[in-house]
Amino acid sequence: MKFDKPAGQNPIDQLKVVGKPTDRIEGPLKTTGTAKYAYEYNEQVTNPAYGYILGAAIARGTITRIDQTAAKAAPGVLAIVTAANAGPLQTGKFYVSRFLAGPQVDHYHQAVAIVVAETFEQARSAAALLKVEYKKQAGDYDLEASKGSAQPPNPGPYTPPGETLIGDFEGAFKAAEVKIDQTYSTPDQAHAMMEPHATIAKWDGDKLTCWCTIQQLNWGIRDLGVILGIPKENVRLISAYIGGGFGGKGTVLSDLVAASLAARAAGRPVKLTLQRPLMFNNTIHRPKTIQRIRIGAKQDGTITAIGHESWSGNLPGGMTESTIASTRLLYAGANRLTRLRLAVLHLVEGSAMRAPGEASGMMALEIAMDEMAEKLQMDPVDFRIKNDTQEDPEKPGRKFSTRKLVECLREGADKFGWERRNAKPGIIREGDWLIGMGVAAAMRGAPITKSAARVRLDSSGKITVETDMTDIGTGSYTIIAQTAAEMMGVGIDQVQVKLGDSSFPESSGSGGQWGAASSTSGVYAACMKLREAVAGKLGFDVEKAQFSDGRITVGDRSAALADAAKNGELVAEDTMTYGELSKEYAQDTFGAHFVEVGVNAFTYEIRVRRMLAVCHAGRILNPKAARSQVIGAMTMGVGAALMEEMVVDKKVGFFVNHDLAGYEVPVHADIPHQEVILLEDIDPTMSPMKAKGIGELGIVGVAAAVANAVYNATGIRVRDYPVTLDKLLRAV
Amino acid sequence: MKSFTYQRVTTPAEAAAAIADKPGAKFLAGGTNLLDLMKLQIETPAHLIDIGRIGLDKIEPTANGGLRIGALVSNTDLAADPKIRKDYGVLSRALLAGASGQLRNKATTAGNLLQRTRCPYFYDTNQPCNKRVPGSGCAAIAGFSKQLAVIGSSDACIATHPSDMAVGMMALDAVVETINPAGKTRQIPISQLYRLPGKTPHLETNLEKNELITSVVLPAPVGGTHIYHKVRDRASYAFALVSVAAILFKDGSGKIAIGGVAPRPWRVPGAEKLIPSGAKAFAAKLMEGARPTQDNKYKLALVERTIELVLKEGKS
Ligand SMILES: Cc1cc2nc3c(=O)[nH]c(=O)nc-3n(C[C@H](O)[C@H](O)[C@H](O)COP(=O)(O)OP(=O)(O)OC[C@H]3O[C@@H](n4cnc5c(N)ncnc54)[C@H](O)[C@@H]3O)c2cc1C
Ligand code: SF4
Repeated sequence: MKFDKPAGQNPIDQLKVVGKPTDRIEGPLKTTGTAKYAYEYNEQVTNPAYGYILGAAIARGTITRIDQTAAKAAPGVLAIVTAANAGPLQTGKFYVSRFLAGPQVDHYHQAVAIVVAETFEQARSAAALLKVEYKKQAGDYDLEASKGSAQPPNPGPYTPPGETLIGDFEGAFKAAEVKIDQTYSTPDQAHAMMEPHATIAKWDGDKLTCWCTIQQLNWGIRDLGVILGIPKENVRLISAYIGGGFGGKGTVLSDLVAASLAARAAGRPVKLTLQRPLMFNNTIHRPKTIQRIRIGAKQDGTITAIGHESWSGNLPGGMTESTIASTRLLYAGANRLTRLRLAVLHLVEGSAMRAPGEASGMMALEIAMDEMAEKLQMDPVDFRIKNDTQEDPEKPGRKFSTRKLVECLREGADKFGWERRNAKPGIIREGDWLIGMGVAAAMRGAPITKSAARVRLDSSGKITVETDMTDIGTGSYTIIAQTAAEMMGVGIDQVQVKLGDSSFPESSGSGGQWGAASSTSGVYAACMKLREAVAGKLGFDVEKAQFSDGRITVGDRSAALADAAKNGELVAEDTMTYGELSKEYAQDTFGAHFVEVGVNAFTYEIRVRRMLAVCHAGRILNPKAARSQVIGAMTMGVGAALMEEMVVDKKVGFFVNHDLAGYEVPVHADIPHQEVILLEDIDPTMSPMKAKGIGELGIVGVAAAVANAVYNATGIRVRDYPVTLDKLLRAV
Repeated sequence: MKSFTYQRVTTPAEAAAAIADKPGAKFLAGGTNLLDLMKLQIETPAHLIDIGRIGLDKIEPTANGGLRIGALVSNTDLAADPKIRKDYGVLSRALLAGASGQLRNKATTAGNLLQRTRCPYFYDTNQPCNKRVPGSGCAAIAGFSKQLAVIGSSDACIATHPSDMAVGMMALDAVVETINPAGKTRQIPISQLYRLPGKTPHLETNLEKNELITSVVLPAPVGGTHIYHKVRDRASYAFALVSVAAILFKDGSGKIAIGGVAPRPWRVPGAEKLIPSGAKAFAAKLMEGARPTQDNKYKLALVERTIELVLKEGKS
């Protein structure tokens, strides 16, 4: 089915099942520990060997020798894989990392060897017996220092142009009555999901099956095929449940490659999981950025010039952190500039993490907006409202499909008690605590992409959905079941959803906030076909048919769905594809975050006291799942604001705090009462579901709202994240 | 992890004797620190002597009105003990500010005292670290040192001792009791337990090789207001950037030990006469000779400010 004109009325609009705050259908499996994660397929693989990766001890250079004598002789060792015996390996189509070092080492903890043994402990202990000699080479690890050599990035599907220029930015900025010119930085951040990357790899002849932790199975088979040099048809990936991803498990990472190679070498299935330190220096992360923002405005607050320049670094060929994405669309202003620059750094690869680009970009832009409002002596909510736009500021005439940023800000200000904020910072005090409030806008693109599904109707009237969509903890199982139930007119308990198997029809996968809207649209398309098949089988006119209560009805004639499958299961499959509506309309999601913090007047410890998010993000398919996504994202935003930083040792060239004791993420005690308001929105330009994503929107702007609240509490402006007490103390 | 052998013992004497028999052996108490370090091959004992069942798990009154805490009393039980909560509040609060509920259930009194540093370079066996591999150098001094020591450190090592409990015990003038393989017992004031790193940061305590900690004795209650304030970037489950254990008396005097700043809980009794003069004067004396890095000099201001807060709390 091709979606190329705005959706009219359709079965989803009944909202009998879709739009309800349904509990997760797989919840009981998770709370009872019976949902199977990659490492747990013990019935399917009864005789696994265990693989353990030895990471490089240097950041850059060459391996001159690996003495395997002791490791080979260690108890239980079955095989040792290194570049010398692994066979040729390519890089995948998304990440640029090479997953096996040798002779060149590209980054710290790059896999040097995979030791395979009878038990995990034997493999780990033998790995420590490998003696690896290196020749070190100097590398670049410091973005500040390498900024000067940064180049415009090569445009790509996930990289906006290196430069956009509208009107006369420099002239308008110079002439502006009020202006700011500030530089901000965001640090390298880790996804730090609970479940480590893990794979069980099993070869049957030249066919490879891997139980793994991948968000995009379609990318996974493509990339693993390319890397190993085998046809992707020979690869089957299964990721039925994933213990968190946040973009950090997009496609093939070293665990999959290592397990596959190890299983081939050992002639046995191999289980392999990344030890926690490798998750920091061996996989991917959100890269550090330096961002210069210039805003010029008239005295009345009208923005006349807005400029956003940004630097990030990566391994050669890696992606650019597209921080400027929101700046291009969020506020009006006739004269505009955005500029992206990418430096070569020899740290592990930077790539997608929840709201890539927008999250880091808005960490900077939304502090700049706060600074500007103060300079204009305007309320920061009013300043943002004043500069709202209902059309793409770079392409006048191109409307936003839906956009209620102003309503988000107004509703949020009202519900949060924003009027109690004192515009003068450092004034409100409760006991030993300085109290402040902050606001930030949120914006995240609403991409939607091709997605397929297969639906089956059996003779008992039950519906089964199959698609290679994944559920990374977001609620995919549930919203897909809701969609199928709505379409076929059955209760949600009549729907079984099977996900996370690359042998199922190819879905959008989970990433880029496109999963919910795209995968349910694919299910919609398949269900339309199944409705036709049912109607055809039972002699109904599908155009006139009502599907409800497990029956198909036209006028006063009615039959049970099950009757259509009496003589055998009905199966329908379809793919939803898209026309040009996303060019015609700017399709985005919007929100506003309000935060209150307390800062200890003595120690400058920062504690968040209240948080509110108001979101405008298309039709909400399941308000409970959507709320969970937003509060999780708000929590992650607090981490970004107050503690998360992978510290670069610029001498050695690695992330030093490479475990969960050193890399702090918020704990329960850091997170206060959180409220989420979801504004009504139905976007017919998106798909028949009229939905958008929300999981990434929720993080965008949060950190800036926290930073702005800290400023309001203390009068100290920290422009380098995370905002920690040592930085506040330095300014006292 | 290196292969090791394992043995369970049932009495303190048996434990002390067993360790003398086995070169490269270590005691295993709660295991919350030792096992992690073994998995990372930072500790590589050839033999473990599990002392989890040797008794020493009671808190009993002493003849002179104090308390004797068995070496195997869990951090949870110690923090919750009514006598500790009533008369030694600073210790209970210090314990509860540390780790997490689950860890405190396993962690023991002796194990907590002997837990090793959280210097991030100590945890990465690819990096030079004089504490882990004597003579290999110190990656932290010119590296990332935000959490590390500002005082008592040396050119060889700037690690801190991470315990909260020990900071509380330092303010309380606790005494550590031990037994050696020959059956000889002795008492070590907690102020004498830890060594400063000097040129030998791998030698962390003044315990003899194979000496078993049997208990920690708290002197008779001294009264006063007990405060433990732990400062960190996140609200829980993080090691202290700075912590202050204070026992403050009505007359303005007090006993104050600081955590997170030195290779041991930092207390300078000679400085305490300045407590009545306020945080600034006291902190200046207490931190005299500090040698912070660029990354951690904020700790000096933080110590003073946290003491100021604590003194204010003590008055109210
Ligand atoms: C994630 C995490 C967070 C933590 N956070 C904090 C925190 O915020 N604050 C804090 O203070 N601590 C914290 N800890 C540390 C925790 O308090 C220690 O791990 C614990 O107290 C160690 O006690 P244990 O009984 O498990 O010791 P073990 O690991 O069993 O032993 C530690 C050492 O002591 C030796 N030993 C044990 N008993 C004796 C004895 N009787 N005589 C001689 N030697 C002995 C062992 O041989 C070993 O060398 C944290 C730990 C973890 C893992
Ligand atoms: S500070 Fe001490 S523990 Fe840390 S790297 Fe240096 S020597 Fe090792």
